[in-house]
Amino acid sequence: MIQVIDVNKTFGEQHVLKDVTATFETGKVNFIIGRSGSGKSVTTKCIVGLLEVGSGQILYDGRDFTSMNNKERKEIRKEIGMLFQGSALFDSMTVEENVGFPLRMFGGMSEEEMQERINFCLKRVQLEGSNKKFPAEISGGMQKRVGIARAIAMNPKYLFCDEPNSGLDPQTAIVIDNLIQEITYEFKMTTVVVSHDMNSVIEVGDNINFVNKGMIWWTGGKDDILHSSNQELNDFVYASDFMKIVRKNLS
Amino acid sequence: MQIFFHIGRFFLLMRTTFRRPEKWKLFFRLMVTEIDKIGVQSVGIVALLSLFMGAVICLQTAAQIESGWIPLYTVGFTVRQTMILEFAPTIIPVIMAGKVGSNIASEIGTMRITEQIDALDIMGVNSAGYLILPKIVAAVIIFPFLIIGSMFLGVTAGAIIGELANVIPLADYEVGIQYDFNTFQVAYALIKTTVFAFIIVSVSAYHGYHTKGGALEVGHSSTQAVVYSIVLIMVTNLLLTQLLLT
Repeated sequence: MIQVIDVNKTFGEQHVLKDVTATFETGKVNFIIGRSGSGKSVTTKCIVGLLEVGSGQILYDGRDFTSMNNKERKEIRKEIGMLFQGSALFDSMTVEENVGFPLRMFGGMSEEEMQERINFCLKRVQLEGSNKKFPAEISGGMQKRVGIARAIAMNPKYLFCDEPNSGLDPQTAIVIDNLIQEITYEFKMTTVVVSHDMNSVIEVGDNINFVNKGMIWWTGGKDDILHSSNQELNDFVYASDFMKIVRKNLS
Repeated sequence: MQIFFHIGRFFLLMRTTFRRPEKWKLFFRLMVTEIDKIGVQSVGIVALLSLFMGAVICLQTAAQIESGWIPLYTVGFTVRQTMILEFAPTIIPVIMAGKVGSNIASEIGTMRITEQIDALDIMGVNSAGYLILPKIVAAVIIFPFLIIGSMFLGVTAGAIIGELANVIPLADYEVGIQYDFNTFQVAYALIKTTVFAFIIVSVSAYHGYHTKGGALEVGHSSTQAVVYSIVLIMVTNLLLTQLLLT
């Protein structure tokens, strides 16, 4: 479980996160949703330590990440897997080398064990046979899947996904969403997905946090989100014509 | 005040860069790759420039010597001194700043904007150490070899063109290149080269590592890397010459 308690973050005069408090539960797909510029990416970057918080606490299963030194944080980071918006695969490495990279750095495995783990991860994301391809030679959807395979290579406790569906067609997006959900349940990970894709939220979201103006504005499940009376949340959820039709049918 | 911000941030980056590598085996593998990229792939351009510069210096010096009072071996002496003291250890690194520096800044800058550096950080990898240290060590190792090669080729080219253009007999040229030879000057050249190698890679990596934005900013970082590397090479050249030769 990851707990974010009263986190504040400022950039110069701009107060981006204001007393953000949220709980991301283990074995669930936790969503952070919100409009562009609402502070959801900054929240995630603070949680994983890419940005330092101004004040507040971030607890990984009770361990206070904010008060840790670099060495202690490094140990926590070995338990974190992250899927980036643009996949962030290393261009100069093959698919296999990308997935094996964290294992090579920290795994302490023999070559055979490493190869076995790489093959397992690639099989899990249905990418067997793509081992020797370079990121530039595969599609965007496949790159995301390689990103997921790399993220789960170290058997992480915590998985972060930043806009996992951006740039993907609806069918591939569903495949990625389902994959994230399956992996979360299978490996009992604490998964945090940053997204503004309502299809994903309704498809796989177990616990949803709506960020607005740098604050957690609303928290609930996927069933609650469609029936909320929160005006800002409704403006966000029912912004598209498709969702407007959904609302019409619901009412 | 901006300059102090950059100096401070540069030294913080270097402090992180010079931490013990996580995996020595991986570090050595990366270093060998960088030696190839930075050094071996630059042999062609260094050789070409050195040959032509040595030949041109020879012809230009010969053209200046009209008086019979000045011995002909002065041509060989001048080619040797120019190549050893300035052309090989300073001008070649300036050219390398353009070739290698821009490459490093754009490579690391692209990794920054495509979140590859964030990916390394999240995995718990010291991204600065992983990306920059092998490049610095590789450059510091390979630059002196390139520069020694450049000196040799420049002096040889002078001898060949002197003979072919009939401006100085080989025997006189030989006397010139051996005249009043001080081995410390080669040591001075190699010290300069090593410092310049560090400057080129570290400054370029600094600009790449702190790139923010998109493709336009990567280009900007690349340009900044080359400009600042050359300026620093020039200033350091003056300081080192004052320290070591006077």
